[in-house]
Amino acid sequence: MKNKKEKQKNTFQKILEVIKTMASKPSGLIGLTILIFHVILAITSPLYVPYDYKAIDPSLMLNPPSSEFWFGTDSLGRDVFTRTILGGRTALTVTFFGSLIALLWGGSLGIFCGLVGGKIDDVVMRIIDAFLSIPWILAMLLIVSLLGTTTLVLIPALGFFYGKGIVRVARAATHDVIAKDFIVSARARGHSNISIIWNEILPNVRDAIMVEGAMRWSWMLLGFSSLSFLGFGVSPPTPDWGLMISNARGLMSFAYWAVLAPIVGLSSLIIGINLTADAFAKALGIDRSTKAPV
Amino acid sequence: MKTSVQQINNLTIGFQSQKGQQISILKNINTTINKGETVGIVGESGSGKSTLALAMMGYVKHGLFTISGECMFHSNNLLEMNNKELENIRGRKIAMIPQNAGQSLTPNLKIGYQIDEALKLHTDLKKTDRDNKISELLNKVRLPSPETMAQRYPHELSGGQQQRVAVAMALAGSPELLLLDEPTTGLDVTTQAHVLELLNLIAKDTGTSMVYVSHDLGAIAQVSDRVIVMYSGEIVLDGPVRSILKNPIHPYTFGLLKSIPKLTLPGLPNSMSGSQPQPGSIKEGCSFYDRCEFADKNCKINSPELEYINDLNTHVRCFRHKELINQNELNSQTVKSIENKILKNEILDLSNVSISYAKQKFIEQLINKIEDKNPTVKDIDININKGETLALVGESGSGKSTILKSIAGLLKTKDGIIKFEKDKELSSDLRKRDPKFLRAIQLIFQNPDESLNPNHTVEEIVAQPLKLYFGLKGHELKEKIINVLDKVRLGKFYLTRYPRQLSGGEKQRVAVARAFAAKPDIILCDEVTSALDVSVQAAVLNLLQELKEDFGTTYIFVSHDLAVVRAISDRVAVLYQGRLCEIGPSKNVYKFPSHPYTEVLLGAVLEPDPDIKPKLVAEDIVEEKPPENGCSFQGRCPRILGDICKNEVPPWQSTENGNSIRCHIKIDDLKNQQTLN
Repeated sequence: MKNKKEKQKNTFQKILEVIKTMASKPSGLIGLTILIFHVILAITSPLYVPYDYKAIDPSLMLNPPSSEFWFGTDSLGRDVFTRTILGGRTALTVTFFGSLIALLWGGSLGIFCGLVGGKIDDVVMRIIDAFLSIPWILAMLLIVSLLGTTTLVLIPALGFFYGKGIVRVARAATHDVIAKDFIVSARARGHSNISIIWNEILPNVRDAIMVEGAMRWSWMLLGFSSLSFLGFGVSPPTPDWGLMISNARGLMSFAYWAVLAPIVGLSSLIIGINLTADAFAKALGIDRSTKAPV
Repeated sequence: MKTSVQQINNLTIGFQSQKGQQISILKNINTTINKGETVGIVGESGSGKSTLALAMMGYVKHGLFTISGECMFHSNNLLEMNNKELENIRGRKIAMIPQNAGQSLTPNLKIGYQIDEALKLHTDLKKTDRDNKISELLNKVRLPSPETMAQRYPHELSGGQQQRVAVAMALAGSPELLLLDEPTTGLDVTTQAHVLELLNLIAKDTGTSMVYVSHDLGAIAQVSDRVIVMYSGEIVLDGPVRSILKNPIHPYTFGLLKSIPKLTLPGLPNSMSGSQPQPGSIKEGCSFYDRCEFADKNCKINSPELEYINDLNTHVRCFRHKELINQNELNSQTVKSIENKILKNEILDLSNVSISYAKQKFIEQLINKIEDKNPTVKDIDININKGETLALVGESGSGKSTILKSIAGLLKTKDGIIKFEKDKELSSDLRKRDPKFLRAIQLIFQNPDESLNPNHTVEEIVAQPLKLYFGLKGHELKEKIINVLDKVRLGKFYLTRYPRQLSGGEKQRVAVARAFAAKPDIILCDEVTSALDVSVQAAVLNLLQELKEDFGTTYIFVSHDLAVVRAISDRVAVLYQGRLCEIGPSKNVYKFPSHPYTEVLLGAVLEPDPDIKPKLVAEDIVEEKPPENGCSFQGRCPRILGDICKNEVPPWQSTENGNSIRCHIKIDDLKNQQTLN
């Protein structure tokens, strides 16, 4: 038992070390700060919003930013600041769990295909290719219109569509280690496939898959906002950045604030996640941008 | 007075550690390369020899920088030049031949085009002149029919031919100085001997100065006029090749030479203890102090300077070199000869084993058979007795690793039966094999970097077979792990280390420990020492031998290095293109009469002695497929009889020594022909 505790302590130290390395570079520090800011905002914002997010007041229509309404009001007279700080909650939750699902199914299928190879691998990968060729947004629209727009539909659906790419990455990463002698050695000893995946392959591909998952998160966020923008994500009056942009875009020429605030919210979060994912990759030693040594 | 081409003065190159200290990789290098001279730079991995060779081209690797000193090419300091100036010198004045020619040639450009590119860059010749020059260069490096060769792509050439093309490209700018970084390391023994001969010829023809960097004292001995021995970033010995290799006056060189197994001196060589210090870890005293047999108190406190000894024309960095001058111990070197208790019990029996890499067709998959008239490995009959060490020897492509894989159950056999302990047939499919046979046969791989999971600690690595086969847990498991590590001379503190924190020798010890943890009856060793430095190689060989004596394990030892095989094995099987050529007690295989292929292999072995030249009897052509009919060696055999060799499979013949040869030539004829030479 002592052994297990030690191991947990080691893992904790390792995570701490990775975060430290990430924060040591300016880009990583900025990314982490933005991400943490957004997460804290999403968790705590209901506690201090100044107004009710669904309070409609025709007399306050399209007021410019003022000391009373910091980001102005929208076409229904709702406070944009209130709606902006609340608008990331659903997006963050849905995409976070969506990415987890994508990571799990994409990662395990990829590792499995990489390990068994042969016919099974061929067939599975062709199916994945076929799915990759279908425009995901069309397929999503179909699913959503058939099953509704509840989070219980959105999370697995997004998770499925964004996991396809992870299958490829996980499979490639597995291929990298599968030919190594330590796998051959485990096979020759007579370990089962599950034991080989768990003990030999997973520790070596985990980092690559996690970095890929982090990148997928930001893409999924954009995808989810697009759905909302099209009216298939979050249903009104729940505040959401994509929906807010969609509603206010016609009035952009004279009420820029109503569209600017959710745009800043959405893009800053995506940039934050991207920077964090890059720093994460670098801290783990998977550098996506280093040049080949001359 | 000789004219110098390059002069290196007080060169120190290093890097900045994370704590901000300057750590030197090269320390105070002083040497001169003279015109027409071939200088061998030898040292183990991490000694700084490649860094020095790159500095001679004015290149310092990313992350490193010049701390002090200069690298003078004629009267210019290469390390202070800008890129533009260096471009004019590199290729034209100083050229480099990299280690792996297969990777340094662009795969999708024809050979002729690539040499043409070098010529365009480094000469002012016109198109027609360049074409002539290409043929001339290819001729110079002894490539057959230059015109057709120029039209080929790199992958259509063998490793030796690729290396020759690299030499031709380097010669394109008629450089004054040619730097060769381990140019023969990845090549087969016979190819290596041919390439070295070529380099000797070129040095003689063109008068180019060469710097030959290698870890292989055998290769260095064949090409160099002068040898520089490096240790831990310092030159420890610098002098004429004969005096250095025959009468080394530095304890490191002395130990290094003693740890090389030699054909002329069968038996396990002595190993040097310890390993090279990490850069920056030596604060005071001689950097070799920890491993030196001759060290005294003075060596611990003061670091010796490079001292010139007039009589021997040698520079040496040692306080006590005088005591070594008259030591002729190298000649009266003692080696531990091996004596294995071989029981008459047969432990493994391969009969008629054939292995094919051919893809099964659909119908063949249904009836579970492979139709391949010309399989990669064919008709292997070997019996192995308990406690024996059997070596499989051959060049790359000889099928030696393939046979090992089949014994381990990793590769399906096409025909034939593998029997364990006489009556228990081993399935060639791993999944169908009984776990107790899996435990009985363990593998050790060539490269410990690849065979140890980088994300596991030593404890986890060694625990795997113990958990799998014996179901050990908790305290008992830990005790057993410590016990096993102790057997391979690794202390308790290694338990929590990761493979990246270990040296090459330590990693291989962990791999050995993992194999022995399963208490196997047979261990399959696949080139276990070829990725290691010579001093480490000797230690690992000694360790394997000791463990064998303790546990009575049977080894099947695959290697391309005949001297290593000679040192450790009881019996040798020589393979060519997946067919057995000769098998017998190792002391007899190395004696004549022997199979013509064994003769070729033995002739190409490089001894670390400039006076023993390799005998090149056959061409170094590489055959991709074994011939369908007749003798497997017909394509390269220097003693080929004629049609009989091409049409009929040769019979087994026994010699008076007790080894069996598969050849059409009568034993007595072979003996006469071979003893004549």
